[in-house]
Amino acid sequence: MFDIRKTPLDLDELVTAVSDPEAGAIATFIGTTRNHNDGRIVSTLEYEAYPEMAIAEMRKIGDIARERWSLKKIAIAHRIGLVPIGEASVIIAASSAHRVAAFEACHFAIDRLKEVVPIWKKEHFDGGEVWIGSQKGAAFPAGQDGPSR
Amino acid sequence: MKVQVLFFASLRELAGTHASQIVVEDGATVADLWGVLCARHPAVEPMSTSVSFAVNQEYTDRDHPLADGDEVALIPPVSGGCCAEADTDAC
Repeated sequence: MFDIRKTPLDLDELVTAVSDPEAGAIATFIGTTRNHNDGRIVSTLEYEAYPEMAIAEMRKIGDIARERWSLKKIAIAHRIGLVPIGEASVIIAASSAHRVAAFEACHFAIDRLKEVVPIWKKEHFDGGEVWIGSQKGAAFPAGQDGPSR
Repeated sequence: MKVQVLFFASLRELAGTHASQIVVEDGATVADLWGVLCARHPAVEPMSTSVSFAVNQEYTDRDHPLADGDEVALIPPVSGGCCAEADTDAC
């Protein structure tokens, strides 16, 4: 499953989505909203997506990960809108025959998501708000399939 | 010809709109469209070096030729997920 939603994310739902009788491992990654960044106390985080393209890009990440690590299944869900501090903004779950593949696939998927999936984060802090990423350098050069790690 | 332009995040706020129908000349490229947008919304011009483009939901080059009815999304640097890359304690 690949999903973007305005409501709280549910880890159990993603684990269930990747459960497979041939899997010996399920690894999960939960990205949570943190109360500080760049020396500021962050009060709330707000996410915005280009939903149709974001889902399509998540699906591509899933296809690459499934192929590269011979996964059984992978699921990615991202929350948008206002996300209170300490809650999950993104959850990734991957199942595989053996544990290393599932761990590595989760690591790859979150790194790749942050590079190419059209979702943006705005920090609200005491005295202001800022879109993260827009205040510094370039996105990856157009026409390329995004930077590799 | 006419294309549908979508603005997101910082670019949406700078332009003051989420979507706009823009008329461009036949044969116009993504770069040509960006020029039209900068003239119409001068506040977006500082994003010229950081914006990426998607045509019909696929990342594309600036010299990509547009077609009538294309959906062109202006993509500021993305920042989904959980935490800032620059952080030493990044997750």
